[in-house]
Amino acid sequence: MTWDWQFAANSVPLILQGLLVTLQITVLGSLVAYTLGLVFALVRRARIPVVDQLLFLFIEFVRSTPLLVQIFVLYYVFPSAFGIRMSAFVTGVIAIGVHYACYTSEVYRAGIDAVPKGQWEAATALSLPRRRVWTSVILPQAVPRVLPALGNYTISMFKETPLLLAIGVVDLVNAAKAAGNESYRFVEVYTIAGLLFLLLSYPASLLVRRLERRVEPV
Amino acid sequence: MPDNANRIVSTILEGLPFTVIAAVGGIALTIVLSLAAGLALLSRSRAVRVIARVYVEGLRGTSEVVQLFWLYFALPALVGLQLVPLYAGILVLGLNHGAYGAEIVRGAVRAVPRSQVEGALALSFTPAQRMRRVVLPQAFVEMLPPFGNLFIQLLKSTALLSFIQVTEIVQRGEQLRPTHGADLPFIYVVELLLYLVLALVITAVMRLLERAACRRIGREPVRNRFLGGVG
Repeated sequence: MTWDWQFAANSVPLILQGLLVTLQITVLGSLVAYTLGLVFALVRRARIPVVDQLLFLFIEFVRSTPLLVQIFVLYYVFPSAFGIRMSAFVTGVIAIGVHYACYTSEVYRAGIDAVPKGQWEAATALSLPRRRVWTSVILPQAVPRVLPALGNYTISMFKETPLLLAIGVVDLVNAAKAAGNESYRFVEVYTIAGLLFLLLSYPASLLVRRLERRVEPV
Repeated sequence: MPDNANRIVSTILEGLPFTVIAAVGGIALTIVLSLAAGLALLSRSRAVRVIARVYVEGLRGTSEVVQLFWLYFALPALVGLQLVPLYAGILVLGLNHGAYGAEIVRGAVRAVPRSQVEGALALSFTPAQRMRRVVLPQAFVEMLPPFGNLFIQLLKSTALLSFIQVTEIVQRGEQLRPTHGADLPFIYVVELLLYLVLALVITAVMRLLERAACRRIGREPVRNRFLGGVG
């Protein structure tokens, strides 16, 4: 079987529609991961007994088990067990978002730890309210430092969205599969899918590397 | 626990050997490719560096699922070579994680102090001896923790093999899904616990290796205490 340019060109529009879904999930998943990760990091810093240990176990558990199984749990178990029924798309955003929040929480923790102790002492000396210590002193210094690491996780999320084809999300790869199914040709569609991933994630990773050089590493 | 807990557990356990073989095979291939590509990234020859860079960026830049589908569904049509699902899976796991591992190797080798190489030069070690006797044993210690993380990522990625019908843990669980609707929570708990145990095994092995590697280059904390905290 050889490469069929006509077929390749015809399948591009369908695959691009899938790319749009992949990008939507990546952006929404990143928003969940960025906010929830920060919440996890702040809650763990508060060192509330029991809550702290439970959150630690949850994070370690999520990080040591496959995202695919977590997706299945959200999609198949949550409706019957908790009466929470979500579309495949929303399930995907939440599964990827929560999974990566467990990674970003560590990133935020490292970023917060890297803020010099003097900054805390100065904030205390100025008797700033606790809320302002965080919003005006600590986070504005911690967050820029962790941006490259967060960016890397967004690129990872982008590359992990194809897992959602298991629950029927028509992402980039699933769209490619659908385009190939009609005539049972897969060389062109999967090559295009691969190239699209490369086309977006390689420049993105170069951008992150540039950002890495500009901010102080944690 | 559901009535047919025994049947569910035994069915999922039948998938365990496949998950373990995929993980071990993938890890072995990852180690080989990481070292080869990692050292190639540091090569003096520009051509070798470029080839290694294309491999690393190409595999890190695309999704593992696409790589798997490409190798399993597209390649056979292109060259007429149909891989056994498990082998295709191991190949993708190794190729993908090897690209990440190459960066770990490169970083660790570069982190070895320049004076170590100069010392080996002064002792007129051959380039091969320099690498094998001086640089790599020290770089090895730096590599182990990130490799531990990488291997756990690889273990989690073995679940993808269910997409190409390898009868590993997740695939076994999915086979049960249509007929065991009421036991789904139990099925997934069993799967998750198996992965957790396997991840703990990897972590434990890596800890042992780290201690052994430290001892080999005389960085054992126990030895420091023995010498009365020298250094």
